[in-house]
Amino acid sequence: MISDFFSSPEFKEAWEIFKTQFPLAVWETVYVTVVSTFFAILIGLPLGVLLVVGEKGGVRPIPGFILKLLNALINLLRSVPFLILMILVFPLTRALIGTVVGTTPSIVPLVIAAFPFVARLAESSLREVSQNTIEMAQSMGASPFKIITKVLIPESVPSLISNATIAVTTVLGYSAMSGIIGGGGLGKIAINYGYYRYKYIVMIFAVVLLILIVQLFQSVGTKLAKKTDKRLKG
Amino acid sequence: MIEIKNVSKVFKTKEGTVDALRDVNITIPDGDIFGIIGMSGAGKSTLVRCINMLEKPTKGSVLIDDTDLCTLSEKQLRKVRKNVTMIFQSFNLLMQKNCLKNVCFPLELAGVKRADAKKRALELLELVGLQDKAKAYPAQLSGGQQQRVAIARALATDPKVLLCDEATSALDPNTTGAILELIADINKKLGITVVVITHQMSVVERICKHVAIIDDGCVAEQGEVAQVFADPESDAAKQLVYSDELSKIIDQCGGFGHTVRVVFNGAEAAKTPLIAQLAESKGILANIAYASTKSIGDKAYGSMILGIDGDEKVLAQSLDFITSIKGITAREVFVNDK
Repeated sequence: MISDFFSSPEFKEAWEIFKTQFPLAVWETVYVTVVSTFFAILIGLPLGVLLVVGEKGGVRPIPGFILKLLNALINLLRSVPFLILMILVFPLTRALIGTVVGTTPSIVPLVIAAFPFVARLAESSLREVSQNTIEMAQSMGASPFKIITKVLIPESVPSLISNATIAVTTVLGYSAMSGIIGGGGLGKIAINYGYYRYKYIVMIFAVVLLILIVQLFQSVGTKLAKKTDKRLKG
Repeated sequence: MIEIKNVSKVFKTKEGTVDALRDVNITIPDGDIFGIIGMSGAGKSTLVRCINMLEKPTKGSVLIDDTDLCTLSEKQLRKVRKNVTMIFQSFNLLMQKNCLKNVCFPLELAGVKRADAKKRALELLELVGLQDKAKAYPAQLSGGQQQRVAIARALATDPKVLLCDEATSALDPNTTGAILELIADINKKLGITVVVITHQMSVVERICKHVAIIDDGCVAEQGEVAQVFADPESDAAKQLVYSDELSKIIDQCGGFGHTVRVVFNGAEAAKTPLIAQLAESKGILANIAYASTKSIGDKAYGSMILGIDGDEKVLAQSLDFITSIKGITAREVFVNDK
């Protein structure tokens, strides 16, 4: 029975598509995910730092209304469903990239969806640094900037890496969704063949590859987080 | 010299205001080991944070070598803090950095060149006896070792003052002893003024020359440790000094009319056969409920709790007799003093 399946024309066709289209799709997916996560961290990490140091009683308090505004913006962006967000940012995407269809344009909505998420993740990582450690740095005459760069961030590196891994896998999931409105990658293939043309086997191939990529990112991230954490004895 | 003048600190909370410190006046001479002792919540941690301005006093002033810290800007304060460093109950090492990098941390902040900082850090690790742990991470060290690293780090910028905030409270008695010895040693070798915050009288007795007892945000009593130990005046001081001794005798003394605490100051006083003389010349029988000796500063002190049977007249007679001997103080104590 199983050999019947593998020799069926449906499977042979799917395998052909797999061989010809998947290498590029995998590349596109990884490219979009990594670049989007990079920019999301570039924007999100400083915002996360600001959320922690800027609060009342923090290392470098900022006016309360700015903090409230920032929190509101983050919550707002996080509550818009990604599919709708993609369509909402079309004008911005067009302004930045020149077009809204294709692999690179999908980076714009991905970054906008991911940076608030990254900001929250960074916030929670940085809050793990104990108030006592910060007080120690203050007692040694560290300026707020030095506390951020020499204490807050270095002390939370393992947690930041774990959370960056969560961010990468989430962005990967979003990137697959962007296939619906013209983004490239495995998501596009899964939707085009599986949803529009009923070629389920192709879709399953795409899903399996997505799972494998998530697994890869996750295990590399977990290993890296463990390796950098000097709190673990031995 | 550190002068704390009329310092008050009020914390505003949602439930209202809390007076953490009220009109505190303390002068700490250069090169001293000064104890600030009090129960938890008495305000001693707030007080020590006023010395390096981690907490700004609501009123009053803090002068270090005639500079009023309350008038300085944040930037100027950061400079002062290189001269007034601190160690903590929870050590507060950077957990992701090895010991060497931890000791280098204040030097990095001060802009010292990397190679020079490393050299200095290694010297300091040697001073605290941990040169072989330079590459170890804090999680691989015991509590006592972590505190040694913290001490090395606090000394890196060559401070004039070392503030110790409950520095031995998380350590076992043996380690506590070793850390206190190290602190006393550093005080002697480097001439650093040390301020020791603690809730344990034993810590003060062991290394401090002077002590201030903080109770409910006020200074209840201050003076030389030996004096306070021999003859505590305030209720707070009595509680701290007696609690150790009285807790050991609670029930044994129940059958006696009066409990008297006798303190022998130095070897001379210890030569007098006090109990025998009391029995022989006054006919008063005393029961020894507790006795111990300890050294405060460089002198040996003995303390004894006596149970004396008899009325007020007998008690007065005994106290008269005992205190007539040179170097001995005596005072009636009550078990509920503890």
